[in-house]
Amino acid sequence: MSTTFVAESALTSRYSAVVTVEPVTPARVLHSEWIKLRSLRSTALTLAAGVVLMVAMGWIFGWASNAYWSDMRPDEHASFSPIDVSLAGYTLAQLAIGVLGVLLVTGEYATGMIRATFGAVPRRLPVLWAKATLYAGVTFALMLAAAFVAFVGGQQLLGTHGTTLSADGAVGAIVGAAGYLALVGVFSVTVGFIIRSTAGGVAFLFALLLVLPTLGLLLPASWREHLLPYLPSNAGATMFSVRTATDALSATTSLLVLLGWVAAALAGAVVVLQQRDA
Amino acid sequence: MIEAKNLTKKYGDKTAVDDLTFTVQPGIVTGFLGPNGAGKSTTMRMILGLDAPTGGTVTVGGKPYRKHTRPLQVVGALLEARAVHTSRSAYNHLLALAATHGITKNRVAEVIEMVGLQDVARKRAGGFSLGMGQRLGIASALLADPETLILDEPVNGLDPEGIRWIRDLLKGLAADGHTVFVSSHLMSEMALTAEHVIVVGRGRLMADMPMSELIAQASSSAVLVRSPQARALADALVAPDITVARTAHDTLEVTGLTAAQIGDRARDLHLSLHGLAPKQASLEEAFMEMTRDEVEYHAHTPTDHPVRSAS
Repeated sequence: MSTTFVAESALTSRYSAVVTVEPVTPARVLHSEWIKLRSLRSTALTLAAGVVLMVAMGWIFGWASNAYWSDMRPDEHASFSPIDVSLAGYTLAQLAIGVLGVLLVTGEYATGMIRATFGAVPRRLPVLWAKATLYAGVTFALMLAAAFVAFVGGQQLLGTHGTTLSADGAVGAIVGAAGYLALVGVFSVTVGFIIRSTAGGVAFLFALLLVLPTLGLLLPASWREHLLPYLPSNAGATMFSVRTATDALSATTSLLVLLGWVAAALAGAVVVLQQRDA
Repeated sequence: MIEAKNLTKKYGDKTAVDDLTFTVQPGIVTGFLGPNGAGKSTTMRMILGLDAPTGGTVTVGGKPYRKHTRPLQVVGALLEARAVHTSRSAYNHLLALAATHGITKNRVAEVIEMVGLQDVARKRAGGFSLGMGQRLGIASALLADPETLILDEPVNGLDPEGIRWIRDLLKGLAADGHTVFVSSHLMSEMALTAEHVIVVGRGRLMADMPMSELIAQASSSAVLVRSPQARALADALVAPDITVARTAHDTLEVTGLTAAQIGDRARDLHLSLHGLAPKQASLEEAFMEMTRDEVEYHAHTPTDHPVRSAS
């Protein structure tokens, strides 16, 4: 057998180098996740879609309410909240945020990137905390800005029916909407870790945020009032809306319900990350 | 250094890795050999903590991989399946991994250059050829200049130039004192790179010995004899402990006698010899031999023991 061996002397010390290597810390994992987040074009596009939906819906509803004010029924006038109308875009923005949150995790499982990620951070949980923290921070900041723009523009378009930032509950609603969307972000990241497939994760999220609240309306009233307010999207809406349904929980209870969902999902993600093979 | 003790992985009632105990030493390339499905990848994933063992332990540098504060400095790994997000550029992929260990951009640029990806580093990794993907995987493995390198089938699907590059790389790293653990299902590939070899079949340890010893052990001590009087020589040599097979009209394959003994007997009988040589089993044959044993082991002889060297 003829083989070509390369002289060892020619190879010595060619691949080694003096490399400064620091311990893995939560801050470094966060930094790594930030690089991952900003280096995918789909992330920027989806977040932009979330912002556009949030703003555009607020403006469209503001303009439409003003333009067709005289067509609205008296009870619609009575329950009209200019603040809530301008923030109605959250219903669509939450879908963009939810899908991206799932994708941030399932995209790694689908491509095999997760093995590189866990190879660098074999304790795994720091990755969960970093992804959840980072995504919550990014969505909160973006959605706060989007909600503010939606509100200000929406009030302009509402004309005489609009209100101002100094109105009772206006700032609270804007911050609350951004907070709700950030919690949806954290929740969707944990769904990604638990379900691991994009299709499954997105389907689960849509079912929970969109389908169940609608489907639940078919339940007998006595069930409805005991179940529906506890769904995350309803609890979220109650948490920051100025006007709420009569059978809804209080804003504080709703926030606690929502935090309960997120905490349960995080706990589930912690368990699966420690138990399952990557 | 990698140390596995009674390492076992079961999926339901299927045992992928069965009670493996071995040590991978620094300074040499250790081949991890076995047919497809022998449990090589599962073993490597357990070393990295990606899969949890059902039983036993495996440590790298004296600790389970998970317990290290700078894991990438302990092990750099190239796993069989790709571990890169297809939509991210090679540069950003490496940068994100580097960030977890506070490794600088300079070092990222350095490993990109080392593997020769500088022209495509800003392009989507999803568009990379198999060879470029392997190079990127090796760049991530080398990022923190790890003490141990684990590579799962690194030459799979590479062109000759890429294969040559990987061989040189592995030898160079071992020469620098690194622990290099590389799997393959191709004996011939291992023969060119590995000094020590660990052979597995169906998750069980078949052999753990220097490559040279494996070849020696496998070369069945047969002697090939060529003679124009082959038939006469065969009749003269045959005895209770000696087998003679006539493989061609002038060729014999003799076991139980050394080449010297055969030569002497031929001289005494005044038979002419045209060729006399110990038969060198190729590594591929040695491997087939072991795999066959493994099949027989499962079928007939449950008391058989794996071959181990006294290293």
